[in-house]
Amino acid sequence: MTVPTARTAADARRVLAQVTDPEIPVLTIEDLGVLRDVSVERAADGDRVVVTVTPTYSGCPAMDEIRADVETALRRAGFTDVEVRTVLSPAWTTDWMTDDGRRKLREFGIAPPGRRDAGPVLVPLGRRPAVACPQCGSADTEELTRFASTSCKSMWRCRTCREPFDHFKAH
Amino acid sequence: MVGGIVDADVATYCLRLGDDALVLSQRLAEWSARSPQLEEDVALMNVALDLLGQARNLLTLAGDREGQGRSEDDLAMLREETDFLNAQIVELENGDFGRTMARQLLVAAYSLPLWQALTSSTDADLAGIAGKAVKEVEYHLDHARSWVVRLGDGTEESHRRVQQGLDDVWPYTCELFETDGVLQRLVERGVAADPAAIEPRWRATVDDALAEATLTVPETSWRPTGGRRGRHTEALGYLLAEMQHLHRSHPGARW
Repeated sequence: MTVPTARTAADARRVLAQVTDPEIPVLTIEDLGVLRDVSVERAADGDRVVVTVTPTYSGCPAMDEIRADVETALRRAGFTDVEVRTVLSPAWTTDWMTDDGRRKLREFGIAPPGRRDAGPVLVPLGRRPAVACPQCGSADTEELTRFASTSCKSMWRCRTCREPFDHFKAH
Repeated sequence: MVGGIVDADVATYCLRLGDDALVLSQRLAEWSARSPQLEEDVALMNVALDLLGQARNLLTLAGDREGQGRSEDDLAMLREETDFLNAQIVELENGDFGRTMARQLLVAAYSLPLWQALTSSTDADLAGIAGKAVKEVEYHLDHARSWVVRLGDGTEESHRRVQQGLDDVWPYTCELFETDGVLQRLVERGVAADPAAIEPRWRATVDDALAEATLTVPETSWRPTGGRRGRHTEALGYLLAEMQHLHRSHPGARW
């Protein structure tokens, strides 16, 4: 089957807008900033869709699944020639997370990341800035551990509503 | 990974950095389900996972620059002990939690300025890996420092143990700042980080942490060496036997 000529990068992008992160299924890979580019390259035997993704953390185990999900979604939509490329640079940052993604995270019960300063990386020595509880909105929260169920999250507790919650770390 | 340019010096450098990350990752994985508390189990496995990811990227790049078609798995699982180029400090046995955290502090305090410097490496692929690693190592340092301070400035028992762990691993730090022909050439080309520039920054971070932890900076004249040339302590062989066993028993096995 050949790819219909009407199919463009924009069509592929619409398909990929439905692909979600396997660890945090309320976010699409676009919300997360993992999806970097979608383009169509002209090859001798038809058009090839090239999707560029970038990992959140170097060891993120979800990357293999994300690559497979991207390929499956595009093939199901009729794109026969698909290539998924992984790039490390520029390094992923939570600043790429969309506002829509931040809202969805909060509604899902995960405190979204704050914006990272653009300056050089500093070793944090004191307390980190307060993270608002995604359940009740209180700023009276405490970090339980800097590492949690996935590389990108830390674990917190709200002192007001007493609920524990995950925080997506600014990275 | 783009590239495809054969470059023996860069291949060696990437193996050294990649083996540091791989071997330390394997060591930390030994804490799985054995940490003093659940949150710590999760934390150490997250650190191990970051290091494993860095190792995968570095070994893939090493294979690319070597130009003999070896994959990350070939390099991790099919090399012998004397082919590993990690510094000996990462292969030492974990010991107790105090010693593990003392090593984490010493290694992370070195890794952070190293990766910061490598973000401006003239090798774009290496700079790309560094751009990711630097953010991860920032957390590793923060985590290790917090524990060393808590243990050192804790009870008499925790202070004694973390001091003992620090004394045990301290001599091995000198290897992190060694230089040789490969490194000198790469520093001149702007590919590698100059160890002479990293060491004072490492020392300032470590001194600051140890002072807050009420720990004593060990004094030693013993300078173990050889890891960067494939000479290792007895500990590495046992680690590799466990790490490589599955892959060697089932050749070609993949995730």
